[in-house]
Amino acid sequence: MSIVVDIVLFTLLGATGFALLKIRNLFAVVMLAGIYSLLSAGLFTVMDAVDVAFTEAAVGAGISTVLFLGALALAGHHENRPGHTPLLPLVVVVVTGGVLVYGTMDMPGFGHPGNPVHHHVADHYLEESYDEIGIPNVVTSVLASYRGYDTMGETTVVFAAAVGVMLLLSGARRARSRASPGEGRDTGGGAGKGDAG
Amino acid sequence: MREEVIIRVGAKFLAPFIIMFALYVHFHGDYSPGGGFQAGVILAAAFALLALVYGLEAVQKVLPLRFTRMCAALGVLIFAGVGVVTMLLGHNYLGYNALASDPTHPEHGQHYGILLVELGVLVTVFGVMVTVFYLFAGRGRRGS
Repeated sequence: MSIVVDIVLFTLLGATGFALLKIRNLFAVVMLAGIYSLLSAGLFTVMDAVDVAFTEAAVGAGISTVLFLGALALAGHHENRPGHTPLLPLVVVVVTGGVLVYGTMDMPGFGHPGNPVHHHVADHYLEESYDEIGIPNVVTSVLASYRGYDTMGETTVVFAAAVGVMLLLSGARRARSRASPGEGRDTGGGAGKGDAG
Repeated sequence: MREEVIIRVGAKFLAPFIIMFALYVHFHGDYSPGGGFQAGVILAAAFALLALVYGLEAVQKVLPLRFTRMCAALGVLIFAGVGVVTMLLGHNYLGYNALASDPTHPEHGQHYGILLVELGVLVTVFGVMVTVFYLFAGRGRRGS
């Protein structure tokens, strides 16, 4: 049964991906991107990664779609045809994809219980976390307690991203209202910082 | 979308349930999938929905940009602050065992610690998502 669900989800995912490439109407592209995220969330659920599926559905299909719509209001609804032939990008993508697939040959089998990734600290988390942390959801124990420093760093990164967006968008507004060329150059500095965030 | 009765009533009807669900995802994160990050995104989505239907100005009256900007920083402060508190109590940075009221049951401290740092994540993610949404949406309005 699970294999049927896998095949259906992957087929739909592939079809959505091709449609995303082909369609020039950006409104349709945004909607398809949301569907793509939702299908990915379904795949994560099949793989028992419910926490990841939850995040993908909320962020990918929810908030990003709204933000893309906000960007569309600024950028217009139609994508221009690219001025170059797709041959060179195609070669680059095929070669990169081939190298990546070749790289997976050396990796241990997907989901195999003997893989190193399942025997480093994972055993300890699964067997001891209920006694040490006292909560049933191992994902939360790892995220907030065993790997608390990483989560704090992650929260700081999210904050830094917002600071970048604020510098980028609020700064541009001030420059426009004053409409002086010197201020315009200041905004360029803000844009650089935004990219780093 | 302001004239569509069904959308207006539907959004108004859904928003409290979405907010409630976000709080559930946060406080039940110890037992079921979810946690601060997902809860923050869901909470932000509730306000994004209201802003899409009722307009940015109406929502910013309830939730001003200054407040969401402050939330973004406050969450990081809560997270880092929990670490400082555990250090002051004589344990490692973010060593939640320090928060237990009964030292023979250190896992209670873990429980409180996780809930607090997840609250920090929630506040930051909520603040960041709403701030970014406000900035994008506000720019579009001004441009047109």
